[in-house]
Amino acid sequence: MPTITLNKRVFEELVGKKLPLEQLKDRISMLGTDLEKIEGNEIVVEIFPNRPDMLSESGFARAFSSFIGVKTGLRQYEVKDSGQKVIIEPSVKDVRPYTACAIVKNMNLDDEKIQEIIQIQEKLHLTYGRNRKKAAIGIYPLDKISFPISYRAEVSEQIRFWPLDSTEVMTASKILTEHKAGKEYGHLLTGQKKYPLFRDALGEILSMPPVINSHFIGRVTPETQAVFIECSGFDFRVLSICLNIIVTALADQGGKILSVALEYGKNTEVTPQLHPMKMKLDLAYINARLGLKLSEKEAAALLARMGYGYEHGTVLVPAYRADILHQVDLMEDLAIAYGYENFEEEIPQVSTIGEEDNLEKFCRKVREALMGLGLLEVKNYHLLMEEQLNQNMNCSRPLISLKNAVGEHNHLRNALLPGLLKNLAENQHHQYPQNLFEVGKIFQRGKTDTGVKEITSLAMVLCHEKTDFTEMRQLLDALMVSLGLKAVIKESQHPSFIEGRLGTILVNGTEIGVMGEIHPAVLVNWELTVPVVALEIDLEKISAS
Amino acid sequence: MELQSIVAKLHPLERAVLPALTSAKEVAAIAKAVHLQDVEVMRALQWLENKGILTLTTQGQKIMDLGRNGIKYQREGLPEKHFLAALSEEFKGLNIIIKKSKLSREEVNACIGVLKKKAAIEVQQGEMLQIKITPLGMKHREERSMEEEFLQQTFPLPLKEAEARYHAVVEELLRRKDFLTVEEHKTITAALTELGKKVVTMDTSSEVINRLTGAQLRSGSWKEKTFRAYDVESNVPRTYGGRKHFVTQATEYAKQVWLEMGFKEMAGPMVGTSFWCFDALFVPQDHPAREMQDTFFLGGELEKGELPEKKLVQKIKEVHEHGKGAESSGWQYSWNEEEARRNVLRTHTTLLSAQTLATLKEDNLPAKFFALGKNFRNEALDWKHLSEFNQTEGIVVDKDISFRHLLGYLKQFFRKMGFPKARFRPAYFPYTEPSIEIDVFHPLKKEWVELGGAGIFRPEVVVPLLGKDIPVLAWGPGFDRIILDYYSITDIRQLYQNDLQQLREMKLWLK
Repeated sequence: MPTITLNKRVFEELVGKKLPLEQLKDRISMLGTDLEKIEGNEIVVEIFPNRPDMLSESGFARAFSSFIGVKTGLRQYEVKDSGQKVIIEPSVKDVRPYTACAIVKNMNLDDEKIQEIIQIQEKLHLTYGRNRKKAAIGIYPLDKISFPISYRAEVSEQIRFWPLDSTEVMTASKILTEHKAGKEYGHLLTGQKKYPLFRDALGEILSMPPVINSHFIGRVTPETQAVFIECSGFDFRVLSICLNIIVTALADQGGKILSVALEYGKNTEVTPQLHPMKMKLDLAYINARLGLKLSEKEAAALLARMGYGYEHGTVLVPAYRADILHQVDLMEDLAIAYGYENFEEEIPQVSTIGEEDNLEKFCRKVREALMGLGLLEVKNYHLLMEEQLNQNMNCSRPLISLKNAVGEHNHLRNALLPGLLKNLAENQHHQYPQNLFEVGKIFQRGKTDTGVKEITSLAMVLCHEKTDFTEMRQLLDALMVSLGLKAVIKESQHPSFIEGRLGTILVNGTEIGVMGEIHPAVLVNWELTVPVVALEIDLEKISAS
Repeated sequence: MELQSIVAKLHPLERAVLPALTSAKEVAAIAKAVHLQDVEVMRALQWLENKGILTLTTQGQKIMDLGRNGIKYQREGLPEKHFLAALSEEFKGLNIIIKKSKLSREEVNACIGVLKKKAAIEVQQGEMLQIKITPLGMKHREERSMEEEFLQQTFPLPLKEAEARYHAVVEELLRRKDFLTVEEHKTITAALTELGKKVVTMDTSSEVINRLTGAQLRSGSWKEKTFRAYDVESNVPRTYGGRKHFVTQATEYAKQVWLEMGFKEMAGPMVGTSFWCFDALFVPQDHPAREMQDTFFLGGELEKGELPEKKLVQKIKEVHEHGKGAESSGWQYSWNEEEARRNVLRTHTTLLSAQTLATLKEDNLPAKFFALGKNFRNEALDWKHLSEFNQTEGIVVDKDISFRHLLGYLKQFFRKMGFPKARFRPAYFPYTEPSIEIDVFHPLKKEWVELGGAGIFRPEVVVPLLGKDIPVLAWGPGFDRIILDYYSITDIRQLYQNDLQQLREMKLWLK
């Protein structure tokens, strides 16, 4: 999850109050953010994905200031009309159809503030923007731009400009193959014949979203007094909120927000749209869910501490909040303001009867029986390597593989025995006899909604110099007696066992598994030098009988 | 008294050996005297030494023995004698000599070397070696050599005894193939201590009962005898019984806690469609948790599974797209059925909660469920990370329950798990609101430990599955950390390493 780095001095200035260190730590973690560390003048905080508005110094300070009661309630942001417009041409429709734009003046930048602007942009790209796929942001010095700006898509072969962080004019295709940003984000344009561009009235390229700004118009410096901001993507609502998060963060640092008219063919939208969203609050519902008895006045005060306005049963939700889908989202903020630590815990009188799952219970009984017979339980991973499941066992059964495992274990086990032989192979320096068992799930193809059938299986191995078929048969019989069953063995074939020393196990005429002496070739595959007798049975086939 | 107690505890082997110890003796001699195996005598002597009854001294001695060829020549005579016998005073070709002497090529070579050194033969190089006997050789042929004299002794033989007279011979024969071996033998000699000298004066021969037998009981013969007293304070070899894996023990305990609180167990598949793992839980389809680096997806023909009944799929689609039915705005995007069909290894047991909610009817309420099971995340193994982890899942469905009850259940559970202090912090999960993170206070380390998440399911989760916006408390803290802590394990791989020594010797889950 994303973290942001705050300058403690700037942060405290923005908050309007300086808290003692311990209290600061406590309040940060009770606001719904995770404090990573405070070191000297640096505060590092983890922001949860539902609060992209807190991904900037000023955004986080705004929320914190309300939370500790310094500046509460809905923040009002003045938006003046810039008189400028951006023309969205139909050519972007199939490429990257929407943009939301704004102008911010009075920037008073210094190097630190520029770093902060870069931080907001980066963190928003990464999280809310889903790595620029959903939203890409561009910020440009206003004085280099001639309005109106056009947002258009042009044939990629004909695009040429000098991109940021480069020393030369490049073609679009060269940017995608050679430029650092092109290599990282170029895949978002894959398959398009035309690439999106922002061009100003003189035809100068501002940027090629979502990849890179131009060298001439795309760089903000300490001399920059005013900026033009655009967000581009596929969902106008998402872009609007993204833009709101940025402009309000800049406004909190002293910037003045100006709106821009967006001409979508015949329709014109004006952004940023900072008027609050209205949502009804059902206080009875909220009180019931939280187990509280808040009055309307108390609720309104708590909401104010989370930056909301409240008017006659309606909550005014700030335009930079991306996470308010339902009144339960308001409820959570209300609970945070109330303080999780202030809730009185209670066990309710919900009368229900506890009940163990039948199969799980059966497995527990089997484990207990085997424990009584002196076997030691092991537990292995559900994922193994193909070699362990097949080649080592002298088998070539079809396996269920994973598409994207980062580790080397990328097959679901189709039997427990390979895992047990692996255990024996790894424990040859320990005392014998080594008599082990495992109860667990194995995976096969079957008629389920996923196509995978999961079977609860039992496997046992006996490993010492004098072990043999008879010893395992005795244990099987003892287990079956405990379970009130009788097993019959029928001669059979299996490549993992010595021919003539294995058999299929039947209970009530149904095949439930196999047992026998492990073939020496299999033992050699596992580099085992002590004989092994093994058994594996399907517990589900006998759990009901 | 001490002396008598020592005598009473003597093992039958010790008793058998003691009378033979009046003078210092070597192990083999004792064994012969008391008619026991060397190993039995050795065991008894060691016990007696431990008790301070005797001292054992070990001496190394070089013992000489005949090799394979040595034994043969002792019987058949030395090959050089046969070789000399096959020669005459005229030069003869080697092949004729070989044929006549009936020696192997190898032996012949050895003979030529030896006899040349003794000037017993004369050799002429040529197309084939020509050899004749010298006058000195004739003398050798008649006389008994030092080697022959040496071979007449009885082997094995201490090297020292032969050294004085046969030094040169031994050196010579050691060079010849498989003729003679010299090995270091250790001889152990036992000599009684002052205490031991007193012990042997006591009556150690009286017959005692070592092992009580059925025959003794039936005949009553035990009445006239005394029992040999054991050294009950000495250590014995270890033995191990069968037992459950410690993770099983811990999960069974946690299950018991939930059962006692009236929860019903949920069980279900580890492989599920994204629909149940994510979509039914209102996790938007572009959520980072659904990306390749976090979740295991199935490959090949099993990449996609089947969705449940159309009506439910439609409800989930609508709630994602515009919150229909749940008085929500939804995520406002276009929900894709194919994405929901992708098979995954479940990333949380919350999948079971979603499936359970979908089967519940209003008549079944109130209802409480729990699950304790494995989940998966796409991670390579190292000391901090496993691709499998256990979660303890729970839901409570009842129209009258609240956030305070959620905190109550969790606090109770963790108290039973050995953490009397728990605190709750705000957190975020796409399917709960409010969401909480649970920390417990570690009584020994004196610090807060993060254990996992909980919350109340969002209406966008509950309404499509249950048909009505009823509060559902839900939790799914990780469980492995509690196990690691209880067993003071720092490397998480040890959970499923199955080191048998560790499994046999670690303490039980005693909670």
